[in-house]
Amino acid sequence: MPRGEFIRTSTAMSGEADFTEVDENGERILRFSGRLTVARLGEVPARLEELGVAPVRADLSAVERIDTIGAWILHRLERDHGTEITGASDHAKQLLKHVCSADEPQPARLDDRNLIVRTVEQVGAATIEALSSLKGLLAFFGGLMIATGSVIRHPRRLRLNAVVQRFESVGLAALGIVGLMSFLIGIVIAQQGAVQLRQFGAEVFTINLLGRITMRELGILMTAIMVAGRSGSAFAAQLGSMKLAEEVDAMRTIGIPPMEALVLPRVLATTLMMPLLGFYAAIMMIMGGGLLCWYELGIPPATFISRIREVVPMTDLWVGLIKAPVFGFIIGLTGCYFGMQVEGNNEQVGLKTTAAVVQAIFLVIVLDAFFAIFFSSIGWI
Amino acid sequence: MSEEPIISIQDLKNTFGEQGVHEDLDLDVRRGEILGVVGGSGTGKSVLMRSIIGLQEPAAGEIRIFGERIDMATAEENLDLRRRWGVLFQNGALFSTLTVAENVQVPLREFYKYLDEQLLDEIATFKVVMTGLPADAAPKHPSELSGGMRKRAGLARALALDPILLFLDEPTAGLDPIGAAAFDELIAELKEALGLTVFLITHDLDTLYTICDRVAVLADKKVIATGTIEELLATDHPWIQEYFNGPRGRAAVAAQG
Repeated sequence: MPRGEFIRTSTAMSGEADFTEVDENGERILRFSGRLTVARLGEVPARLEELGVAPVRADLSAVERIDTIGAWILHRLERDHGTEITGASDHAKQLLKHVCSADEPQPARLDDRNLIVRTVEQVGAATIEALSSLKGLLAFFGGLMIATGSVIRHPRRLRLNAVVQRFESVGLAALGIVGLMSFLIGIVIAQQGAVQLRQFGAEVFTINLLGRITMRELGILMTAIMVAGRSGSAFAAQLGSMKLAEEVDAMRTIGIPPMEALVLPRVLATTLMMPLLGFYAAIMMIMGGGLLCWYELGIPPATFISRIREVVPMTDLWVGLIKAPVFGFIIGLTGCYFGMQVEGNNEQVGLKTTAAVVQAIFLVIVLDAFFAIFFSSIGWI
Repeated sequence: MSEEPIISIQDLKNTFGEQGVHEDLDLDVRRGEILGVVGGSGTGKSVLMRSIIGLQEPAAGEIRIFGERIDMATAEENLDLRRRWGVLFQNGALFSTLTVAENVQVPLREFYKYLDEQLLDEIATFKVVMTGLPADAAPKHPSELSGGMRKRAGLARALALDPILLFLDEPTAGLDPIGAAAFDELIAELKEALGLTVFLITHDLDTLYTICDRVAVLADKKVIATGTIEELLATDHPWIQEYFNGPRGRAAVAAQG
């Protein structure tokens, strides 16, 4: 048996949908055969699109099987070309009727519009979104202040257990990762400083570089980024899923203000833990850098420590310690704010958590720039 | 054609750790019927459905769908079987990042790559309309729909590939009585038009009375009885009697007139 013939019989056996065009008494007729089902349609829809002459009649008597998608293809033929359908089995007639009754004009897809229009719209929507989230954050800040005021007037309303629990998760549990990260960053700074300063024979100034940059800037900044990633995101996710499960609404109906019970302990925890973690991070960075100075530059630890005490002014410590609680407050506030913004579905939890972290880090860095200008202008250089 | 059951379960055993859910469970689903599955909470109705559709591996026993053992099927055969059934999960289980139309198109795109975009859009729209939703629900995201509409959209996705077997997990739960009655009617109508066999888990007595051809009762880790409601009422199992003759059961009968 020739090869070509074998292939032809095998496709015929599998019942692939097919049609032939015949002219009968000058009328164009389509004879369908095989299975008009989604699995076997193959090229049929594409071939029907390319028909030159509108068929007068479609004959289904050789069709083995048909499903709704096959029926839709035929319905399209009937609707667009006025083709008469004959030889349909009862089942096919029923499906055709069913599909016909479900034919409604195609709704427009949102992304069918012009690219420029869409881009402009997206920029506009993003701007409005950014502004409204900033406005919302401000309103949330106000709400938190009111809650703080009422807790100060009624100190017994402070949920001490919740606060202490947050201390643990924000502060204590972060010691390991913050410590390790800071230690390694200290080594990197000292190493880079030593390499560059050695070119001028000034490698001893590595100690100045390390002591001042860690106490003033990096200790707090890196910790803030870490806390935003660890705790800010956790706050957003926790509050978001509580919001979805209507736990927050349940609280309100019982008469517990969520601001006091959920938000205040969290913001308090980040505000109070940030200075402690930031100071600890700075010390760890100095230790890491000190180790490198000892190993690479041969400066013994005792000399290193006394040099650090000479070159780092007390104001550097204050700069760090003043910034830290502000950053902590911002992180806690944005985390809780975005958590409380969750509405609708689970997808929102992910989106808002991401937004919380991004926004918190952004605000922290913007504020850090302002602080830098402020402190240098008051002479704490 | 011989009266071979479309689903046949023999000696099914399911366990979660120490706890047995099913033991020596037998059940047949006949071609072209709507089989209602009832049972108290925790009797493993959903687990039964999950083991039939292959989401839960049974500890022992044999499940045949269309005459084939699903646990013995190769990955390819399994895929082939899956095209022949549709599943509506309890809350619709629509993909939340996709629109309703895109949800309906997911199975079509996965299995039939040759369908062009225009045809896919048309198919999605008529499937959506077929399940009783307005056509303009198609470009919306699931979060913009009400619970009842989401179920209909889930049904549209379950019907995307024109299955011959449909699994419904509590389709009317959480719907108001009017919506539930409309959904029952829709299922009966689609079953007639498309020649479906329906495996229907429900708690809704009205659903059982109006559209189910037979009812299977799950209790004591097995199917204790299968038959029409009249046949079930003739048995003297206390749970069945309480279920159908309780206040709600009697109300459902009264509603049937």
